Amino acid sequence: MLTKRIIACLDVHAGRVVKGVQFVDLVDAGDPATQAARHAREGADEIVLLDITATHEGRQTLLDTVRRTARELFVPFCVGGGIRSARDAEQVFEAGADKVSINSAALADPALISAIGSSFGAQAVVVAIDARRDPRAADPVRDAQVFVHGGRKPAGRRVVEWAREAEQRGAGEILLTSMDCDGTRAGFDCELTAAVSEAVGIPVIASGGAGTVAHFAEVFAHGRADAALAASIFHFGVKSARALKEELAQSGVPVRLPC
Amino acid sequence: MRVTVIDYKAGNLTSVLKALRHLGAEPEVTGGDLALVESAERIVLPGVGHFQATERLDATGLTGAIRSRLVRGVPFLGICVGMQWLYAGSSEAPKQPGLGYFPESCSRFCEGQEKIPHVGWNSLEIRPTNGIASRLLAGVNSGEYVYFTHAYKGPVTADTAAVTHYIERFAAAVERGNVMGVQFHPEKSGAAGLKILSNFLAWQPESTSC
Repeated sequence: MLTKRIIACLDVHAGRVVKGVQFVDLVDAGDPATQAARHAREGADEIVLLDITATHEGRQTLLDTVRRTARELFVPFCVGGGIRSARDAEQVFEAGADKVSINSAALADPALISAIGSSFGAQAVVVAIDARRDPRAADPVRDAQVFVHGGRKPAGRRVVEWAREAEQRGAGEILLTSMDCDGTRAGFDCELTAAVSEAVGIPVIASGGAGTVAHFAEVFAHGRADAALAASIFHFGVKSARALKEELAQSGVPVRLPC
Repeated sequence: MRVTVIDYKAGNLTSVLKALRHLGAEPEVTGGDLALVESAERIVLPGVGHFQATERLDATGLTGAIRSRLVRGVPFLGICVGMQWLYAGSSEAPKQPGLGYFPESCSRFCEGQEKIPHVGWNSLEIRPTNGIASRLLAGVNSGEYVYFTHAYKGPVTADTAAVTHYIERFAAAVERGNVMGVQFHPEKSGAAGLKILSNFLAWQPESTSC
């Protein structure tokens, strides 16, 4: 049986893992290579490394970090942040990533999705979408606003229509972050996740808001997520992925165990 | 140990090379050096993406070079599209023939409620092929999980060494003689995947051929 993936996310700033609340107030949470290895050892099904400041900073630090992190990692490894061209993606793949996550650059130039996919396969292209519910819209959830540049700027797109376009252009997966929930540890936005997951035929990774085991069970059942991403729940020793998955298995969620 | 890894521009080789090196092998990569393939002692054909990419194997003469090594009993492992290439073809690229080592063809998962591609960790049901216990999957138990990402798959036949269920039952691993293939990505499948790669590297054809 296909299992629900628990993905450990490392938000990286200038070569260090950081965690903030709603994209601000960053706190240092360790070395990316050490953290990634620990998460894989402790049962994470996949590792995502997002360079949250790379859009407007240098690239070389990231490539070094990716190389170091990938060296001893034998689970899927996705890297995002500041990838603006097929060439940028190629460098990240060469450094050891299995997938790239593109966000702002895909919105600026949607053809980038197929450009990367044609060389590296659709499975290697994750389109990341940062969305915030829009209370003024007719449907605040389906028409949630998409933001770019680390959540600083509205992209002028609505979440469901953009996710569908990304799929049509050859995205392999959608990484959907609820900006309303991110960093709050108050639970995922299940309605937002379900709206996107039902609108596309590719896997959707839910992100933003993980705080308890029940939150994961909810986003798999009600949010129809194929995978869920967590950062702060792991960083500060709250739970290992293994412990999380053992509890999820008890509530009937199919997960990879033992791991 | 020498391992020849075929590069036919179907995705990224970094992870496969890294896993092989981690296991103590010395992979050499070739995209068209036929002499290297003709002297290969062990061949890995990775590959992700579209079946059409295998046309490059024909165009560069690699298909013939690999076939002649397979006939001589050289251990071969195809990964993902590299496994699908062992079949007669795939509906993903109907005009592009595969090697035809296995006479069946690959087809897309049936459209329905489930998402396509099949992405993530799924379990293996290990079984003997043609009455012989799998050497590739030795020490891996039924129920263990490995990482998949694919929309096309091969059918379950007597050569199927492991079955996985997603939408339907399909071949997760194939094995006949010196020719082996996995639909999943052992280089991304944690300890189980490394065990499978290590079995491939350790397997000595002399001890089993007759």
